[in-house]
Amino acid sequence: MSEPRKLRVATTSLAGCFGCHMSLLDIDERLFTLIELVDFDRTPLTDIKRCGPCDLGLIEGGVCNAENVHVLREFRRQCKTLVAVGACAINGGLPAQRNHLDLRDILEAVYETEGGLARGAHIPNDPELPLPLDRVHPIHEVVKVDYFLPGCPPSGDAIWKFLTDLIAGRTPTLGHGLLHYD
Amino acid sequence: MPQNWIMLAGMDQLEAIDWVLSRHRHDGTRLMQILRETQEALGWLAPETITRIAQGVGWPRARVEATAAFYSFFHLRPRGEYCLLWSDNIIDRMAGSRALMQRLCEALWLEPGRLSEDGLVFVHTTSDIGMGDQGPALLVNYRAATRMTAERVDAMAELIRNRVPLADWPQEWFQVEDNLRRAGPLLGEAFTPGAALAAALSRGPDAQLAEIAASNLRGRGGAGFPTARKWQACRDAPLATDQTRIVVCNADEGEPGTFKDRVLLNSHADLVFEGMTIAALTVGARQGFLYLRGEYRYLLDTLEAVLQRRRDQGLLGRGILGTPGFDFDIEIHLGAGAYVCGEESALIESLEGKPGRPRLRPPFPVTHGYLGQPTVVNNVETFACAARIAEKGAAWFAATGTPQSTGSKLVSVSGDVARPGVYEFPCGITVAEVLDAAGVRNCVQGVQVSGPSGTTLTGEELGRRLCFEDVPSAGALMVFDCTRDMFEAAHNFAHFFAHESCGFCTPCRVGTQVIARLMDKIAAGRGSQYDLQELSRLHQLLQGTAHCGLGHIAGNPVFATLTKFRPAYERRLKSLEFEPAFDLDAELSQARQMTGRDDAGAHLAET
Repeated sequence: MSEPRKLRVATTSLAGCFGCHMSLLDIDERLFTLIELVDFDRTPLTDIKRCGPCDLGLIEGGVCNAENVHVLREFRRQCKTLVAVGACAINGGLPAQRNHLDLRDILEAVYETEGGLARGAHIPNDPELPLPLDRVHPIHEVVKVDYFLPGCPPSGDAIWKFLTDLIAGRTPTLGHGLLHYD
Repeated sequence: MPQNWIMLAGMDQLEAIDWVLSRHRHDGTRLMQILRETQEALGWLAPETITRIAQGVGWPRARVEATAAFYSFFHLRPRGEYCLLWSDNIIDRMAGSRALMQRLCEALWLEPGRLSEDGLVFVHTTSDIGMGDQGPALLVNYRAATRMTAERVDAMAELIRNRVPLADWPQEWFQVEDNLRRAGPLLGEAFTPGAALAAALSRGPDAQLAEIAASNLRGRGGAGFPTARKWQACRDAPLATDQTRIVVCNADEGEPGTFKDRVLLNSHADLVFEGMTIAALTVGARQGFLYLRGEYRYLLDTLEAVLQRRRDQGLLGRGILGTPGFDFDIEIHLGAGAYVCGEESALIESLEGKPGRPRLRPPFPVTHGYLGQPTVVNNVETFACAARIAEKGAAWFAATGTPQSTGSKLVSVSGDVARPGVYEFPCGITVAEVLDAAGVRNCVQGVQVSGPSGTTLTGEELGRRLCFEDVPSAGALMVFDCTRDMFEAAHNFAHFFAHESCGFCTPCRVGTQVIARLMDKIAAGRGSQYDLQELSRLHQLLQGTAHCGLGHIAGNPVFATLTKFRPAYERRLKSLEFEPAFDLDAELSQARQMTGRDDAGAHLAET
């Protein structure tokens, strides 16, 4: 049998804080083992801007705007396995705190009525800027998600266990000590 | 009008609360009744009312509020002078309840679930109120009104607008029919109060227990636990000082589509109370409770009158039938709209004044039940059977039915049949035979046996038998003909469980909500195959991890319809994503070669 093909992996942060990516780096020297096992496609680590066909996509953060939707759909299209990583991807997390407020009220408060704004300040309308959605969604409300890796963030050990399980072909399980929602 | 209402007229609010408290001896375990009676007097449970009650019973305020907040029929916000709750079971919906509720709301210029601006009227839905054979039905200030029509709704809106007191409304609206269509050994013969009890007394407790054992009577609430074994265990349980054994009749008939206990209590209460008294004699109990579901509030006064007559006849109280030391009395506890209280340990929690959350078992109620005392909890029908067994003997009883399911069974039939109502049949009867008796109008698509928590049968399974050997049942058939949509039934049941989950354990509290939302998504035409997979997975999760039976079976109706009526789901899906096992475009390559074509039409793109 031929040498096992290296898995191609993409990662991104949508409405997240990059904390989950920091946690990925927290696997420390195991990064050397990891790059023996996988190639990275689109990810902040490679700075590749578009996602090509991949085995595995790791998504941090929820879906708060149109750009998030495009990126998430691209990942779903390109990745055989899609993983929601961390509290925001799974539940919406901190950004979803705005969900009980009306978007119009938020935008008006932030850009028009808040104290200390420049005269004539208005809600930005540059086409370059992605429009925010009415509510922040966990990613499984927008695309089919295959696995959920909870934690805020999941620890480096949890991410390592998850990835090595997946690479080895085992259904990932996080045992006691690794399964956290906080 | 209930006696306490007359007493309460003319009192101010605090006096009224204190009067209710003293009526219940400031006993916190009687909190359910204290809250209900206070609410009946004052309309709702204001924060200061809760405070006063907490002081009165000497409980922390939070504990009183926890109970008040748990039950649907207790209101921590004003509910107006008229509170109208439409029974929202699928059978009521099939009879047009939704359109009637909408009509009422439009006539009154209000939205369901919101108190009218003038604080006069509140209209909403509630879980099945046990009138499936005479719907659409609703509770008007917790009094059941049946057979609603557009004309009645229009007249009702007029009465409300004119603030006509309920007592002056047309009384035929509140007429509840028994609709007992077929009587058998249990209900077919007249019953003389005291006859069964006299037979049991002459037999003695030991022989009476042996008689129940010989009859092979099994619990009629659906689970089918042998009654004699339950009674024996309670009888054998040790008593601490000041303890007694307790007999509880579970009349929290909350399973949608089930209404046989309503008929038993309305017209055969003596049989039920006599069965309870025989149980008390057998296990040595001194105290009994009838836990009556809040929806059957209208039966309370009649039942109290039956109890009083039985006391006067020497069939309850001290020295029953002149037997020294045989003391037993029955008290009625009214529930407040919580389906989960049909589970016996939740029911006991409720009897003790607490939120109805199922207990961890063991210990079982037979050793540690009401206030830690050995407690027998049986279904209404079980007690009625026990009375007949005492009266006529085990052999007579066991002559009917099958070896594992002796006796007869009351079956509530509703939905698409000509004669909905209650039928008494020998255990082991086929579903088809019951449906024949009830007059099936059209071809049968499906039958939901024993409510949402029961079994879903297709039209091809009507030869199945209602008995513990085949389809165990609490005795209810909801019939759906070919014009019905089985998805709608499952959708309705999913919301029922989401509403009735007690919220104690996460799998059930969250799982039932997720199931309901997925069903909403599919109903809205936005579902995919993944949602169907997810529903099946959630069903397994609930079965394996929920705290009590409610959670274990909450996924049943969805899973069963998903298995047996899958097209009802699939035709609502937005996409049926499918990946072929081969390369479609490659399969054109030979033809491309042969024809020399390479245009766009000669290729198949991957989706």
